Amino acid sequence: MKVYVPSALRSYTGGEDEVDSSGATLEELLRELDRRYPGFRFRIVDEQDAIRPHIKIFVNHDQARDLTVGVRAEDEVSILLALSGG
Amino acid sequence: MPTPEISTNDPSVPVTNHKPKPGKGPLALLVATRKGAFILHGGKSRRKWKLSDPIFLGQMVHHMIQDPREPQTILMGSRTGHLGPTVFRSNDFGKTWTEAQTPPAFPKAPEGKTGRVVDHVFWLTPGHATEAGVWWAGSSPQGLFRSEDAGNTWEGISGFNDHPMRDTWVGGLGDGTPDGAKMHSILIDPRDPNHMYIGMSGGGVFESTDRGADWKPLNKGCIADFLPTPDPEYGHDPHCVRLHPMKPDRLYQQNHCGIYRMDRDEGAWVRIGDNMPKEIGDIGFPMVLHPRDPETAWVFPMDGTTVWPRTSPDGKPAAYVTHNGGKKWKRLDRGLPGKHAWMTVKRQAMTSDSHKPIGIYFGTTNGEVWGSRTEGKKWKCLARNLPHVYAVEVAEHLK
Repeated sequence: MKVYVPSALRSYTGGEDEVDSSGATLEELLRELDRRYPGFRFRIVDEQDAIRPHIKIFVNHDQARDLTVGVRAEDEVSILLALSGG
Repeated sequence: MPTPEISTNDPSVPVTNHKPKPGKGPLALLVATRKGAFILHGGKSRRKWKLSDPIFLGQMVHHMIQDPREPQTILMGSRTGHLGPTVFRSNDFGKTWTEAQTPPAFPKAPEGKTGRVVDHVFWLTPGHATEAGVWWAGSSPQGLFRSEDAGNTWEGISGFNDHPMRDTWVGGLGDGTPDGAKMHSILIDPRDPNHMYIGMSGGGVFESTDRGADWKPLNKGCIADFLPTPDPEYGHDPHCVRLHPMKPDRLYQQNHCGIYRMDRDEGAWVRIGDNMPKEIGDIGFPMVLHPRDPETAWVFPMDGTTVWPRTSPDGKPAAYVTHNGGKKWKRLDRGLPGKHAWMTVKRQAMTSDSHKPIGIYFGTTNGEVWGSRTEGKKWKCLARNLPHVYAVEVAEHLK
């Protein structure tokens, strides 16, 4: 499935803003991305497996609150930087 | 504490009671800021300074420090406003960087329990001179971590992180400093790699004699006027703790509640800040020791009155130096702004080199780096218009 990568994480994907990944859940999808792009997952998911506070992950148009959310091959997953700062 | 001396021919290994030779070679300042890192190259003369391009522009770099055992190696603790904390390593003095494979992180909590999360890696300390590749890291919230492979993989020190008293020592999430409670001032005794100190804001100063397997508070004599207990055993707020390499049983600290010195055989902290001018007070963040004189130290006072502005007292920045272990202090402000300079110097943002006379350097919250080739007698601005400076460390023995 397609995964949209925000600018802050493209140093991991060689500059690619869109990559393919696989898995039945977000957890599996991010593990696969981390295998290919080491360090990717920990920047957006903490050691308690929670999505970091200023990161939002959408499956199609629905925001995922945790990594147990199921995904299908035809889904589009967007990793976004939340509005923050000043 | 026994004082075994290390027998070695390695000149990088400090031997207590031996005055180290002054440095002569080129040096650089490693400047960590809220919006990236910079390297200020000062050459041998320390007269002309050249600023590097930003490194990891936009990343919040809390600490960047050279490995004295491998002088071309630098470690950096960083995060961004969105991305989680990590550690980067450079083996070519900042030209290229590699991210840690396993950055410092707390263990996953059992199902149904709330686990701790590292917000940022606040402090990095190279391990003992005889332990190549060993590094220590302190986090916010307070956690202690060690790497034995030059910063690539990190493991939590269970002796502290899981200590049954840990939560009692450090208090709750609301008990730390405004931007997060911090583990800092990880000090390794040059005589014994198993003997360590840590400072915690909040929590206090703690000591381990078994490489971190167990810890004991070391706060006797130190005030904590923000606690209801008159002489608490822990819960203090050391801002910066230093150990003198020639005299490792001599500790200094700049605390939230004053400037202190401890000689371990005396067993209690002595408030040497009482000898500071009353109109200046003895509140501040950093403290710097002379590498060849255990009696000489510098502080950079800030305004700790009323609502704690944490700026230079009366807008007039100055360092203060003592040459007799804190009995007397002398103001050092020549070259610094004489008024309307509301800067703050954070706890990692003041340091010294090893030249003769030694150089003293500090970075400010308003993005300036200042230096003195005369041990503080005269100051010069080395860089300005940088982001908010978090840390300044000296790198020497460069190629």
